[in-house]
Amino acid sequence: MSIDHDQVAKIAELARLKLEPSQMDQYAENLSSILDLADQLQAADTDGIEPLANPLDAEQRLRADKVTETNQREHLQKNAPSTEAGLFLVPKVIE
Amino acid sequence: MQWETVIGLEIHVQLATESKIFSGASTKFGAEPNTQACALDLGLPGVLPVVNEKAIELGVRFGLAIDAEIGMKSAFDRKNYFYPDLPKGYQTTQMDYPIVGVGHMDIELEDGSTKRIGVTRAHLEEDAGKSLHEDFDGQSGIDLNRAGTPLLEIVSEPDIRSAKEAVAYVKKIHSLIQYLDVSDGNMAEGSMRVDCNVSIRPKGQEEFGTRTEIKNVNSFKFIEKAINTEIERQIDLIEDGGTVVQETRLYDSAKDETRSMRSKEVANDYRYFPCPDLLPIIIEQSFVDEIKASLPELPDQKRDRFQQEMGLSHYDASVLSASRDLANYFEVVATEAKDAKLAANWVMGELSKFLNQSDLEISASPVSAEQLAGMLIRLKDDTISSKGAKTVLEAMWEGEGSADEVIEKKGLKQVTDSGAIESIVDEVISNCPAQVEQYTSSEPDKRGKMVGFFVGQVMKASKGTANPGQVNQVLKKKLDALC
Amino acid sequence: MHNKTLAELADGLKSGEFSSVELTTHYLDRIKSLDSQTNAFISVTEEQALSQAAEADKTRAAGDATALTGIPIAHKDIFCTEGVKTSCGSKMLDNFIAPYESTVTEKCNNSGLIMLGKTNMDEFAMGSTNESSFYGPTKNPWDNTKIPGGSSGGSAAAVAARLAPIATGTDTGGSIRQPASMCGITGLKPTYGRVSRWGMIAFASSLDQAGPMAQTAEDAAMLMNSIAGLDHKDSTSIDTPVDDYTANLNNGLEGLRVGLPKEYFAEGLDDSVKTVIESAIKEMEKQGAILKEISLATTSLSIPAYYVIAPAEASANLSRFDGVRFGHRCEDPKDLTDMYTRTRGEGFGDEVKRRIMVGAYALSAGYYDAYYKKAQQVRRLIKNDFIKAFDEVDVIAGPTAPTTAFGLGSIKNDPVAMYLEDIFTLSVNLAGLPAITVPAGFANGMPTGLQLIGNYFQESKLLNIGHKYQQVTDWHKKTPEQFA
Repeated sequence: MSIDHDQVAKIAELARLKLEPSQMDQYAENLSSILDLADQLQAADTDGIEPLANPLDAEQRLRADKVTETNQREHLQKNAPSTEAGLFLVPKVIE
Repeated sequence: MQWETVIGLEIHVQLATESKIFSGASTKFGAEPNTQACALDLGLPGVLPVVNEKAIELGVRFGLAIDAEIGMKSAFDRKNYFYPDLPKGYQTTQMDYPIVGVGHMDIELEDGSTKRIGVTRAHLEEDAGKSLHEDFDGQSGIDLNRAGTPLLEIVSEPDIRSAKEAVAYVKKIHSLIQYLDVSDGNMAEGSMRVDCNVSIRPKGQEEFGTRTEIKNVNSFKFIEKAINTEIERQIDLIEDGGTVVQETRLYDSAKDETRSMRSKEVANDYRYFPCPDLLPIIIEQSFVDEIKASLPELPDQKRDRFQQEMGLSHYDASVLSASRDLANYFEVVATEAKDAKLAANWVMGELSKFLNQSDLEISASPVSAEQLAGMLIRLKDDTISSKGAKTVLEAMWEGEGSADEVIEKKGLKQVTDSGAIESIVDEVISNCPAQVEQYTSSEPDKRGKMVGFFVGQVMKASKGTANPGQVNQVLKKKLDALC
Repeated sequence: MHNKTLAELADGLKSGEFSSVELTTHYLDRIKSLDSQTNAFISVTEEQALSQAAEADKTRAAGDATALTGIPIAHKDIFCTEGVKTSCGSKMLDNFIAPYESTVTEKCNNSGLIMLGKTNMDEFAMGSTNESSFYGPTKNPWDNTKIPGGSSGGSAAAVAARLAPIATGTDTGGSIRQPASMCGITGLKPTYGRVSRWGMIAFASSLDQAGPMAQTAEDAAMLMNSIAGLDHKDSTSIDTPVDDYTANLNNGLEGLRVGLPKEYFAEGLDDSVKTVIESAIKEMEKQGAILKEISLATTSLSIPAYYVIAPAEASANLSRFDGVRFGHRCEDPKDLTDMYTRTRGEGFGDEVKRRIMVGAYALSAGYYDAYYKKAQQVRRLIKNDFIKAFDEVDVIAGPTAPTTAFGLGSIKNDPVAMYLEDIFTLSVNLAGLPAITVPAGFANGMPTGLQLIGNYFQESKLLNIGHKYQQVTDWHKKTPEQFA
């Protein structure tokens, strides 16, 4: 599977990654070779095989519906790049 | 060209849990920004979700109530997209294995007929936070209190054919979730939000037209308006030679129009995949059976019982069963007053009028069901007249106490002593010779109408306390004797 | 003091030969004078360590000490440690002071272990060389021109250079075992779900597992006793009884059936590594183990399966690094999209970006079935292979890595060459099995490790075999000269 610049740009947009134009060749080449590697999967016969998401095929444990958390806003917002009036600030959201 | 509308709805219902779907933070409405957003809700590095049992239970409850297949194995997936109110950059939702499968919901149309709307599925997911756009110097503020609040998304088949049907369906779901205690159904607080998928096609055409999705409509009134506005827009567009573009639109209630949402313009590739932090939820049949046994009587069952066992009309039974609070109120009144029809008339009549005037829900009525029943008992045993009854209700509304207290205080007790009534009647007859003359000289079949005048006079003379039935009887007897 | 094992240090503390403050100071001094040669640490938490040590000495004086009280430890910088920078080796989190404690580090604290600092690692644990760290590569203590392995290269180097008596690591595709092998120490990757992932910054959630990196199997067992067990905060943590991992260390190996997968001794395995591993296996045989050739036919498929599944999960796991609530944010974003793309473009290094993109691609519309779903199906085939093998044998033995540590920078810009180095470790993560690596000798002048793979929850058995092997060998006692 060969990946060209346009495809790299599209994936980068989907993943919200700004790439330097000078790196595009390198990324296209790397991604292509990784996908070539991934294509080796096609050789496996997987007819009727259930995908394995959790190695132990375990089941979900459930939590009782209880409020266990208290307000820790100040503590948790210490790492925030920008806050005001208890809110996280970001460039304007346009709906 | 005759157009047919095709509508499918996605209703997001906030589940009535104390804590969030994956964390122990509170879901209470109205807290200060980000005071109910814990490390998990903020999507901090290293945090992990654990599923709230109650959310599963409520999902199953809803599923059973709409006769749906229950997802004995359900699973969570990640839906990937970037948005500032979505802390992890993905929403945890159910894609391939929803908690509720195919079911249905019957709605009543205006002509009294019933229509079945298919429910494709209902799945659990987490809500996002909220962006606030004012007062931050060109920036937006993000409040994540709502992030992680459990939602049940109920997806309908495209079986709905008009805005009115859509509203009837949403109202029915709204009533059901409240009956079930699945949600508080508080639309003003966002506990129920509706995405409307709308398209049109020439009447008779099999194939669907291109649909648009109107996001996040949150009142019955707006659902109707938004859909109708969008239908008009699509018809105009097509009739002018244009084509409908598949897109997400927003309803602007101030302008009564829908507009394209710019932020959703970029075609999204959500890259769903099973959430590796969560495992499949396996439900035991016994769990389902337990929930089934605990289901309350549902609106349709209640309606049928009101009709069959209490003798109400279909219409009255439908109105009274539509909301659980109203139905409960009615049932208390009917049982205590031992008269279902009378209870129905007063609850749907005078009481509703008062409630509407004050814009109050039945749950906030200043007159309790017991008070109303007390009044009806007095009406039935002729202690008060229907006119007196209205006076009593008004006084109870104003907080003047029980029916008996009001009757006592206002002297509304009817005079039923026949001697006393006869003496007032005699007095009126002797005071109105001209009208008596007119009565006696009339043809017998016209006299009936003329009794009314004398009744009025007697009631006036008794200050309204004379029993009108008795007055009527005595008057007729005495007047006819003069003929 | 620093060449003592955990058990020996515990004895020293108990007998009063030295205090925890003295011991901790000794390691802190070593880090100060020697870490410039390895770059094993991202943060050294001297003040906190000394106060924890003083506290431990008080606990001991009060008679409340337990097995690990007062012993220093280094934590991989992937574990959130409250009030301490937790970078995950990334510029993205260079300014991130964790506001909460991971379960692993909390359990260590509760056991009285003293945190010396946080160790270097490949950025977000993505790498097998430690070269993708924002903080510069860790260098192999045996030869500072060579890689230490990765991603837990800092922890491996710290223990190998005796800058810490023991350390924590995490293993998603070999990230405990491979650096342990390359640095000549013992590393255990437990069964998936045996150790809680709460507070461990996720790379690939269905593969990540924390474990001990130590001088000896016995040391690893002692730390396992502290960190293993059910955690209700981690839905994938397992509710089966936890062994006393030190209880069976001395069981004999007579009759132990050891499977030797022919695929693990095939082409690609360095000849001198092969010689070392074969002689290590002979040692087991001498102790009564029965050797049996087996086949794990899906071995080669583990590489493509892993390099689809891990990036796919990572692509979603790393979406939360968006500059909104914590971590790096670019200067003066002109709009939302600009904030996202520049923040993430600047905050992540090349390898992380590559994997995010591969993952996003594998999950995208039209490719999901061919890549992600197919990889998860192959994953089941790999698991089935092991299940079949464990019908015939008790453990599986082989090399941990096909080569010894190679030169820094030698395979930069060739990600696939690096991925192929993981051939013997990936299957274990895909299947969720436990595996241990123990120092087995030297090849080309560099250490290399014997890998033992066990059935689910057989950590005790692996530690037991490792311990018995270390009773008759002294590879685990070797120290690089300049750190002796």
